[in-house]
Amino acid sequence: MSENIGKIVGVNGNLLTVEFNQPVTQNEVGFAALGDLKLKSEVIRIRGRRAELQVFEDTTGLKVGDPVEFTGDLLAVELGPGLLTQIYDGLQNPLPALAEKCGFFLQRGAYLQSLDRQRKWAFTPSAKKGDTVQAGDKLGSVPEGIFEHRIMVPFGVRGKCTVEDVAAQGEYRVEDVVAKIRNERGDVLEVRMMQRWPVKFPIRAYGERLRPVEPLITKVRIVDTFFPVARGGTYCIPGPFGAGKTVLQQITSRYADVDVVIIAACGERAGEVVETLREFPELTDPRTGKSLMERTLIICNTSSMPVAAREASVYTAVTIAEYYRQMGLHVLLLADSTSRWAQALREVSGRLEEIPGEEAFPAYLESVIAAFYERGGLVKLRDGGVGSVTIGGTVSPAGGNFEEPVTQSTLKVVGAFHGLSRERSDARRYPAIHPLESWSKYPSFVSDEDVREARHVLRQGNEVGQMMKVVGEEGTSLDDFVVYLKGEYVDAVYLQQDAYHAVDAATSSARQQYVFERLVKILRTKMAFDDKDGARKFFQQLTQTTKDWNRAPMPGDGKQADPEGEKQFKDLEARIEKMIEEVADYA
Amino acid sequence: MHKIYHRIDKIAGNVITVEATNVSYRELAQVTSRQGTSLAQVIRLDGDHVSLQVFAGSRGIATDAQVRFLGHPMQTAFSEALLGRVFTGSGTPRDKGPPIAENMINIGGPSVNPAKRIIPRRMVRTGIPMIDVFNTLVESQKLPVFSVAGEPYNPLLARIALQAEVDVIVLGGMGLKHDDYLFFRDYLEEHGALARAVMFVHTAADPTVECLMVPDISLAVAEQFALQNKRVLVLLTDMTNFADSLKEIAITMEQIPSNRGYPGDLYSQLAARYEKAVDFDTAGSITVLAVTTMPGDDVTHPVPDNTGYITEGQFYLRNGRIEPFGSLSRLKQLVNNKTREDHRTIMNTMIQLYAGYKETLEKQAMGFRMSNWDRKLLKYGERFEKELMDLTVNIPLEEALDLGWRILADCFEPAETGIPSKFIEKFWPKTAKTQEAVEAATK
Ligand SMILES: Nc1ncnc2c1ncn2[C@@H]1O[C@H](COP(=O)(O)OP(=O)(O)OP(=O)(O)O)[C@@H](O)[C@H]1O
Ligand SMILES: [Mg+2]
Repeated sequence: MSENIGKIVGVNGNLLTVEFNQPVTQNEVGFAALGDLKLKSEVIRIRGRRAELQVFEDTTGLKVGDPVEFTGDLLAVELGPGLLTQIYDGLQNPLPALAEKCGFFLQRGAYLQSLDRQRKWAFTPSAKKGDTVQAGDKLGSVPEGIFEHRIMVPFGVRGKCTVEDVAAQGEYRVEDVVAKIRNERGDVLEVRMMQRWPVKFPIRAYGERLRPVEPLITKVRIVDTFFPVARGGTYCIPGPFGAGKTVLQQITSRYADVDVVIIAACGERAGEVVETLREFPELTDPRTGKSLMERTLIICNTSSMPVAAREASVYTAVTIAEYYRQMGLHVLLLADSTSRWAQALREVSGRLEEIPGEEAFPAYLESVIAAFYERGGLVKLRDGGVGSVTIGGTVSPAGGNFEEPVTQSTLKVVGAFHGLSRERSDARRYPAIHPLESWSKYPSFVSDEDVREARHVLRQGNEVGQMMKVVGEEGTSLDDFVVYLKGEYVDAVYLQQDAYHAVDAATSSARQQYVFERLVKILRTKMAFDDKDGARKFFQQLTQTTKDWNRAPMPGDGKQADPEGEKQFKDLEARIEKMIEEVADYA
Repeated sequence: MHKIYHRIDKIAGNVITVEATNVSYRELAQVTSRQGTSLAQVIRLDGDHVSLQVFAGSRGIATDAQVRFLGHPMQTAFSEALLGRVFTGSGTPRDKGPPIAENMINIGGPSVNPAKRIIPRRMVRTGIPMIDVFNTLVESQKLPVFSVAGEPYNPLLARIALQAEVDVIVLGGMGLKHDDYLFFRDYLEEHGALARAVMFVHTAADPTVECLMVPDISLAVAEQFALQNKRVLVLLTDMTNFADSLKEIAITMEQIPSNRGYPGDLYSQLAARYEKAVDFDTAGSITVLAVTTMPGDDVTHPVPDNTGYITEGQFYLRNGRIEPFGSLSRLKQLVNNKTREDHRTIMNTMIQLYAGYKETLEKQAMGFRMSNWDRKLLKYGERFEKELMDLTVNIPLEEALDLGWRILADCFEPAETGIPSKFIEKFWPKTAKTQEAVEAATK
């Protein structure tokens, strides 16, 4: 029981001013007492004998004079087996368990343990007495769904330690001691399956950081081919409301080629999380044949949940991501939307009466965003394995205008930019990633030269299209018109992708390579037409046929063979070739 | 009993600051001055300085006015007796009925645990083809009507409320013109819906702070009905007035504005209300239909902009019609595959062709030559606007789909629509005669 009790002297929204007498630590957790309820809070500023705390709950009912208990602990998460498949709020409270306890509504002051204390896990030791180990080294493992969950030396342990004792193979609970290690000072530390880690500190118990170069296949064509994401890289998706940020992340969370997906629903709609949490258990992961939920974890702090916890939620998410990276896994963290988190910072900053920067965001916004994305990365573990945390964040710029602080600060630090455009989403050209304005610093798995060619056609086609708006079709040459049609064609059959079609929704890298190569060949083909109507008609048909081709399964691509569909694939491909043959101009 | 305080040391805007102790955050108080008695709510505690927003405004409050703290936050009565009644934003009767004080509940309560929500699955029928066919409204959806002053958004809301098969209608009026309030009341009464409606009305003439209470009190009551297994429709008009009241208080409290004077927490404030829309896993539901007027017809204005980021789509009401472009029901795909098999096909095809019509109009305006195809599109567009977009059209979804086929068949050849042949065979009207066919036959 902590003896450090302060006293409330001011309440302003979710910000408390508290007078204290004993030492208080920046970012330590305090509990404000409201009758029998204890409201979790975090120290965010200290001035003289007064500390300011942001409360992770509604503050209605607190009074001047009410006690606040300082815990001395920083805001931390529980790490151990049983995290996957969970649905947590921003402070790592398991929401289904809370629902069982409290019913329909989230009650303030109700905190539950994040990991099940009763559940037993089958532990297999791997370290032996006498081994020399350090923070992050494996001591044993338990099976967690489809993964081997490593039980590691706690990340906070300093220097080299000697293993004194490791539990025998058997069933243990997360709080059972499974090893004892002796540090350099001679103290014996007990290691449990579960450890705690403060969320605002990166976990660094690895060998070294590597440069992210290996593509992370999302199966979204425009992303993988044109604006790729790398394992351990970072990217952002800014876009106006309704442009398709969330749908894009939902697709990625289903199909991305990674081991673990962490979804941080940060200050957005509850309904969207409900779709994921109700649907994922029913969907099978094509990689494992198991439920998609087995590789997924949801951190959910939706827009009507307390604002301060929204800020905590992205840190909770990234800390858990780093934890699984330590096991040599590739983790993808999807945060929707980082703007809501930035707004949470702005709200608190405003209450602290800090000098505001642009649009009233705090001056430190940029460094906070940079530090968050820095927690992504590809690392080499000390045992030689590699693991990665890839971070993809959506940004919701005010008025859809990218010239605003959150978008701009994010663009400075990420490796890829998938900018969604209102124009494209209005035209139902999904995913509405702008093909001319987006960029990526990571290498693509298709040939550079082909990508350049396709880009060139898109850009030229766009120019002709713009011109045509002024001079009309009559004033455009047939050659230019064909360039325009070619641009529209790549757009329609490759950049656009039907998120709701079983086959088209996800295109494997093999298929992208195969299709893109053929497509670029078509773009390079010189074509002859009698007139514009003829050209238009041809491209309409070609587009239709190619779209059908996109919907047919590629041989050897799917998990189950589909002879009929695959025959269709071959037939359509032949038909496309024949169509091109007929208009090709070899003169 | 509750202590009475007299020492008011600051009065600014609608906020007064009084020296008092043992007061809790968001507690309610009664402020009595020569002007009468008003409710007030604590919005900041700073030592023994307590700031309160006064519902009736601070006009006429003297430094020695009496402040009596009530020991609880803002509450409302909840019972079946609310039905058929009209109240103000602070819950006092606006009609001639008696006050209701039974079963008091807190307003602005906690949010629903996402684990207790279900995926919405029931369509709300409105009889308006632009909604039913093209942007289907779904039970538990939160959806604003983006519009400008002068458009018939209130009649639209009233009409939807009547058509929708809901158990309870809750109307929250903010800055409502008195005439509009009477319109709602009379309209519901005429159509026999008043008995399942409860209204919380703040009119343009009422104090600003009461405007702030309207969404919370309306939604708190709606939530109670929903927990009793009722399907509730909440109408909120106009949320821009609510946002402006927030702005007023924020500025009085010297908060740093983020965007055009609005407080930095505008998003969270709006979301806290809209997110009350819910489909409970073992109880009823709340659907929220709101009006957001766009100052200067500018959708990037902070109020519509933040709203768009919160709600599940929006309807643009312009020139008395729901615009097909920009309007979006994000939940429509959850239900429009269970209505009739041709629903999605008609929806997609007709919108694409209508987009073609719009392009043709532009070409026409630029003086470019009209092709045969352009002329077909022109004919189609005009019929589409007249027979489907016009708000006076009131037909069930199935009839609207049939009408869609009829219009298509009168204007185009089947192949020109790009509709898959299996639908053409089943739905394309057999008696259809396109203009070309008619012309060919009469030659
Ligand atoms: N890839 C897609 N395919 C088909 N429809 C899409 C696609 N992406 C988006 N949409 C449509 O657009 C709607 C809005 O998309 P989404 O919710 O992803 O927008 P958003 O950018 O996340 O908006 P907000 O910022 O308001 O959260 C969806 O409900 C869907 O109807
Ligand atoms: Mg979204």
